[in-house]
Amino acid sequence: MKFLAYVRSLLMKFFHSSQLVQEMDEELRSHIEHRADDLVRSGLSRADAERRARIELGSREHYKEESVRILGGNWLVVMQQDVRIAWRMLRRSPGFTLVAIITLALAIGANAVVFSILNALVLRPVNVPDGARIYQIEQAQDHIPSQSYADYADLRDRNKSFDGLALHGIDKAGLDVNGTPVPAWIYEASSNYFDALSLQPFLGRFFHASDEHGPNSVPYLVLSYSYWQNHFHGDPEAVGRVVRVNNSTCTILGVAPKGFRGTEVFFSPDFWMPIVNTESAETLKGRGTRGFWIVGRLKTGVTPAQATDDLNGIAAQLTKMYPGDDDGLKFGLARPGLLGNMLGGPVHAFVMGLMLLAALILLAACANLGSLFSARAADRWREVSLRLALGSSRGRILRQLLTEALMVSLGGAAAGAAGSILLLRELGVWQPIPDIPINVPLAADGSTYTMALLLALFSGLLFGLIPVRQVMKANPYQGIKSAVGVTAGMRRFTLRDLLLAVQIALCAVLVTSSLVAVRGMVRSLRSSFGFDPHNTLQADTDLGMSGYKGDQVPVMQRKLLDALRNIPGVTAAGFANRIPLNIGWSESDVYRDSTTDYRASNKATEAVEYAVSPGYFEAAATTVLAGRSFTWADTKKVPFVAVVNAEFARRVFGTAQTPLGRWFKMWGGKRVQVVGIVEDGKYKTLSEDPQPAIFLSIQQSPSDDTWFLVRGEHGTQQLAQNLQRTLNGLNTGLPFVISTWDRELGTALFAARAASLALGVLGSLGAMLAVTGIFGLGAYTVSKRMRELGIRVALGAQKKQVLRAALGRVIRLLAIGSAAGLALGLAATRLLSYIVYQATPRDPLVLVGVVLAMALLGLVATWIPARRALMADPMILLRDD
Amino acid sequence: MPDQAQLLPGTLDLLILKAVSLGPLHGYGVLLRISQITGQALLVEQGALYPALFRLVRQGLLKASWGVSENNRRAKFYELTAAGRKRFREETESWNRLATAMTAALASRAEEV
Repeated sequence: MKFLAYVRSLLMKFFHSSQLVQEMDEELRSHIEHRADDLVRSGLSRADAERRARIELGSREHYKEESVRILGGNWLVVMQQDVRIAWRMLRRSPGFTLVAIITLALAIGANAVVFSILNALVLRPVNVPDGARIYQIEQAQDHIPSQSYADYADLRDRNKSFDGLALHGIDKAGLDVNGTPVPAWIYEASSNYFDALSLQPFLGRFFHASDEHGPNSVPYLVLSYSYWQNHFHGDPEAVGRVVRVNNSTCTILGVAPKGFRGTEVFFSPDFWMPIVNTESAETLKGRGTRGFWIVGRLKTGVTPAQATDDLNGIAAQLTKMYPGDDDGLKFGLARPGLLGNMLGGPVHAFVMGLMLLAALILLAACANLGSLFSARAADRWREVSLRLALGSSRGRILRQLLTEALMVSLGGAAAGAAGSILLLRELGVWQPIPDIPINVPLAADGSTYTMALLLALFSGLLFGLIPVRQVMKANPYQGIKSAVGVTAGMRRFTLRDLLLAVQIALCAVLVTSSLVAVRGMVRSLRSSFGFDPHNTLQADTDLGMSGYKGDQVPVMQRKLLDALRNIPGVTAAGFANRIPLNIGWSESDVYRDSTTDYRASNKATEAVEYAVSPGYFEAAATTVLAGRSFTWADTKKVPFVAVVNAEFARRVFGTAQTPLGRWFKMWGGKRVQVVGIVEDGKYKTLSEDPQPAIFLSIQQSPSDDTWFLVRGEHGTQQLAQNLQRTLNGLNTGLPFVISTWDRELGTALFAARAASLALGVLGSLGAMLAVTGIFGLGAYTVSKRMRELGIRVALGAQKKQVLRAALGRVIRLLAIGSAAGLALGLAATRLLSYIVYQATPRDPLVLVGVVLAMALLGLVATWIPARRALMADPMILLRDD
Repeated sequence: MPDQAQLLPGTLDLLILKAVSLGPLHGYGVLLRISQITGQALLVEQGALYPALFRLVRQGLLKASWGVSENNRRAKFYELTAAGRKRFREETESWNRLATAMTAALASRAEEV
């Protein structure tokens, strides 16, 4: 309570002090009048008397200040004065202030943005009650989150460590509300999903484990809040409506809570459906069908290590019971949100790397501002000396300088935070891949602002304290006598020089990493994809969405393909169950023909698997190296055939022999004959190493998922319209998503593009800071040494010598800093190789690029100081300042 | 103007209390009263007076109120509070002790030691 009283009295004083000052003014005025009355009586005129009275009284301001100080250590009032003086000082040098604020705004803004990304991707737990106790179960050997439903059911029933385990997977479904099915992205989930995550519905109810009685027994769906808002206009009547999903009846049970979008950060589903209704009974029974993710809430008191032991106890039982599918099964725990450690690992590393770079940029900015402030403090040497001589305390002067620094840093932070709010808002709604609800929910929140404020205080103190030593050493007598101020520091390397060198090194690190990233991007764009995306359209659909089943599917697919081939201008067309470098892929274990025990440890390799139609390779422009591509004769009636890529041939059959006509086994013993070999390509990501791939005949392994590739001879614009018209004309009731293949590739390029963009932005920030830093020091040095340069010119120095004298030190710092930064940058690019294709620092172009870039920066930054140095005139010696 | 002595540190407050103890005064009046009772021997800086008055009010030794002066002008009048009267008595005694001691000390001769 005492403290509160103190605060209240402080505030009272603060707010009443203006009234006090006014009263004091009045009293002093009354004094002058009384004195003047006396003087008038002694014979002076009224005007003279008042003037004399005022002079006798002396500085009224001083007495007022004195009185205010008596009010008792009123730091609020003193601070108000400091702020007022600082404001005046900063306004007097607007260029300096503007440069300082912009520098800090960029640096603090960059930190706030990167921190918000870090917060969204790494720090924030899953958005469910007590999200910190939610863990994802991954395959321990290769940190892959995919699990089978059968294994899940065993884990769910036998574990003793979790309060409920939930399974979910991403799927595409056709949702038919009023006659036409529209494609939607959904989570297929175990029926205990919402209960395991302890969620309550926003509207209606959720499905529960008790609703489930075997396959297709839970025909319910739960809408996500945003889908309900956007597609049902937030109509509460939507709950209870009967709709059709993939052509079977389904009831809308409820709406999920606002802001809940599943446990994966990137993916925002349209609705949730029980997996027993979306997947076939065979899929759910297959232990090898690993396409789902498991999350669960750890029981209180159970550590992650105990839970892992518990799970692996079950894994050992499963391995014993199902040696074929569960051979070597081992579980581990991972943080949910980014597909466990699969995406989480590289994303964490990259975001942490970005955070580190951003922090370095802020440090560089502080170093920069520190040297600017200490240069300014040196220029204010006279002012400081004068104030000391007039009796100001050093503490008061320091406080004044710190107030200035903090005001600049707070201004910078405010501008930076405002910029980052705008940027984050843009990024938060950005959907990098068309048609797929993938984005990162970013928004500036309390933590962003706190971060900006803390950084402002930290950096303000940091660069504000740099000139302190100078002030402490100040000797008033010296300062007033000599106009030039301190020149002693010009000979040795000072703290300021060190700061600049560090900053140049940081800039070189950033330039190096962004160049490496950009080179990697270019290289990955130029590298062979194993197909040619230009002039090609893709149209994808799912025949299951409109209720086509069994034998109807291939018939319909063939009919569609024939129609597409007849479009004028189409040179080739084909279809597949999925296309390379898109979202998701499927892999199968491959065994040699001689293998009879099909456990995972006996496999020859693991290959990406596609089912394609005749004409697919022509449409994709994939070169067939040997053998043949598929024909309509490759049906279920003839032996299973496959076209493999060159890498597959090398791994399974060895390079020496040509594998045409030879056999291998997959899917637990199915024999497959190789009929053709195609070139290697990229399948999962652009930065992958060569992968073995198998192409099967889609007639032998049919699929509802259908991706048509249509290659045209001239451009894709006209073709897209024709394609749309043709597909509409067939009246299939199928939803199609048509786009160019080039555009769709954005998916695969996304990570590399985002990384290059981020590095590029940070790199240019760093470069800007280095330029202002070099410029600041160069300009300052030259202006301090104009007299000396004048003497040199008078003694016959040539232009080159003048320049060396004026800027030699700056250039030396630039060289040292760049070399150090280049070395560091090359070491740091190891991290980049996760994301950017073949990010190698040992690239002569990168080395040359960095050296050129740094030289260019140096040239730009020293241009004006150099011109000024060359204008040094001996005449200056005759003038006195 | 006759030779004026500098005020000893700490004596201004006592002089103000004395001046005001003779009756309520405004700031300029305090100056005049001090100059009158010291026979113009002590120099009080005009402006130094006001911070001192302000301090004494803060310490609760004086109380101030606005009124009208003999010149028919608005002025702030000061008078002693009870605490001020008590402090004035104490300060006077302690000053007298100090002055007596100082006078005795300065008047001493070699043979008396």
